[in-house]
Amino acid sequence: MGEPILATRELTRDFNAFRAVDHVSITVNAGSMTGLIGPNGAGKTTLFNAIVGSLKPTSGSVFLDGSDITGLAPEQLFSKGLARTFQIPRPFARMSVLENVMLAPLAQAGERLLGPFLSRGAARRQEREIRERAMEVLDFMTLARLADHPAGKISGGQMKLLELARVLMGDPKVILLDEPAAGVNPTLAGTLIEKIEELNRRGKTFLIIEHDMDFIMRHCNPIIALSEGKVVFEGTAEQAQSNPVLLDAYLGARADG
Amino acid sequence: MTGIISYLVFFTTMASILAIATLGLNLQWGNTGLFNGGVAAFFGAGAYGTLLLGGTSQEDHLGGFELPYVVALAGGMAAAGILAWVVGVLTLRMRRDYLAISTFGMAIVFENVMRNAEWLSGGAKGLRGFERPLRDALGDGFAYNAAFLAVVLVLLFATYRFLQVLVRSPFGRLLRAIREDETAARSLGKSPARVRLTAFVTGSVIMGLAGGLYATFYAFVSPQDVLPTLTFQIWAMLIVGGAGNNRGAVFGAFLIWAAWTASGWLLSRFAPVDAQIYTGSIQYVLIGLVIVGMLLWRPQGLLPERLVISQSGQAPS
Repeated sequence: MGEPILATRELTRDFNAFRAVDHVSITVNAGSMTGLIGPNGAGKTTLFNAIVGSLKPTSGSVFLDGSDITGLAPEQLFSKGLARTFQIPRPFARMSVLENVMLAPLAQAGERLLGPFLSRGAARRQEREIRERAMEVLDFMTLARLADHPAGKISGGQMKLLELARVLMGDPKVILLDEPAAGVNPTLAGTLIEKIEELNRRGKTFLIIEHDMDFIMRHCNPIIALSEGKVVFEGTAEQAQSNPVLLDAYLGARADG
Repeated sequence: MTGIISYLVFFTTMASILAIATLGLNLQWGNTGLFNGGVAAFFGAGAYGTLLLGGTSQEDHLGGFELPYVVALAGGMAAAGILAWVVGVLTLRMRRDYLAISTFGMAIVFENVMRNAEWLSGGAKGLRGFERPLRDALGDGFAYNAAFLAVVLVLLFATYRFLQVLVRSPFGRLLRAIREDETAARSLGKSPARVRLTAFVTGSVIMGLAGGLYATFYAFVSPQDVLPTLTFQIWAMLIVGGAGNNRGAVFGAFLIWAAWTASGWLLSRFAPVDAQIYTGSIQYVLIGLVIVGMLLWRPQGLLPERLVISQSGQAPS
């Protein structure tokens, strides 16, 4: 396992009197596929949102590759190499699948108002390169034949593949996935996890939030468990399976919820 | 015969000017999803700006700088752009419905200022005494109107080409992404605020161009030219033609302007005399019915937005 690449230190987030995330310190090592589990209401999504900049932490810090990224906006984080997908997919519905993917690269010459006119040659060259890379990524994600379809008309599982394809265009260091398997049919879920594991072998770091304990047990290592806003377990899948505290906290709370 | 031709020239000139304004709204609403309820104000800023800068000097109000026509027209566009920048900075963070309300209110303010600030705009009497460019060479007759139409058509075509290249470029892709889902666009490293403002100002400058041409054509502008009716007309043109499709915007402008003038003519010709004083109001109701009907039965418009796909995605040359 590599060096720490993403870490939170004493991260806390309150909603009025309610402390959703309570002094959470976790570390994600480069090249790992770290799983974050916890019952409903454990604070997974709040922690996720505080890391990706959708929510400002009440206190504590977040570090990416050694630099402090606490409180940065989502658009700043993507350019620093931290990407995320959404639990409920957010495709650009009335745009083609290919356009969805071609949007993502940063610093496109043609993205400025007069870019297409003033630096026409450069913008075109870049556009051609982006198009080629986008088709490669779509091909990898098994979406190439849907390139010209409106992104709003593909299946939910395909939308999840598309979201992963989009963030790959930015060549991020760390990808945070919010319940990647939720609501996806088994075949596409299989494809999705196969692609995630392939990317992980190629060196991408993943932090995966999942409600589904089996999914995390099978695919993630290490595993971090949250309950009532606190880290209650950190370790391997084997340790998790035999950890009574974790099983009690997780299954107990789930039965209540 | 000459009468018909000169009417057609008049009709095409007006329709083309309104088509330019509709193209500006299409950039804002069709491509970026910005609900501009104050089209009339940006059109008006262009119209007043052009006449103030290019007109002959007047005793009772500001203006009459007698600048060369091209400078005056560019100044009118700049006035619309500056107004849009100020309004945009203040309102573009709002949700779609609130943006519509606040821009609509801003246009009412604009109209009232023009109606009352006599030192600036000549008040309710409007701005007169504008010397149309090249009048000495072309006279006031048919030749002038035909030449003016040619200029308007060239500008309409230039605006259309500019926007076609723009919406198929990465900039256009960015606008559509922000229209579709701002949160997702931000998660991919895009900054919506700056892009929304750019699109809003650019669209308003195009409306300002339309306003400048309109004022030149009549050599006159008054508060009656910047009433909310104009905003609704332009919206009807875009919705009927097809939001998100530049060809649709131009087509819609011609269609609605034809329907507008035809309904005015029919009402004045065949409606009972008692009803004729209500012609304007009846037209107002008709334009509302067209908008609502279209939104109910064919919200995508007659020429719907077309997907940018891989084969034709390259910026057209």
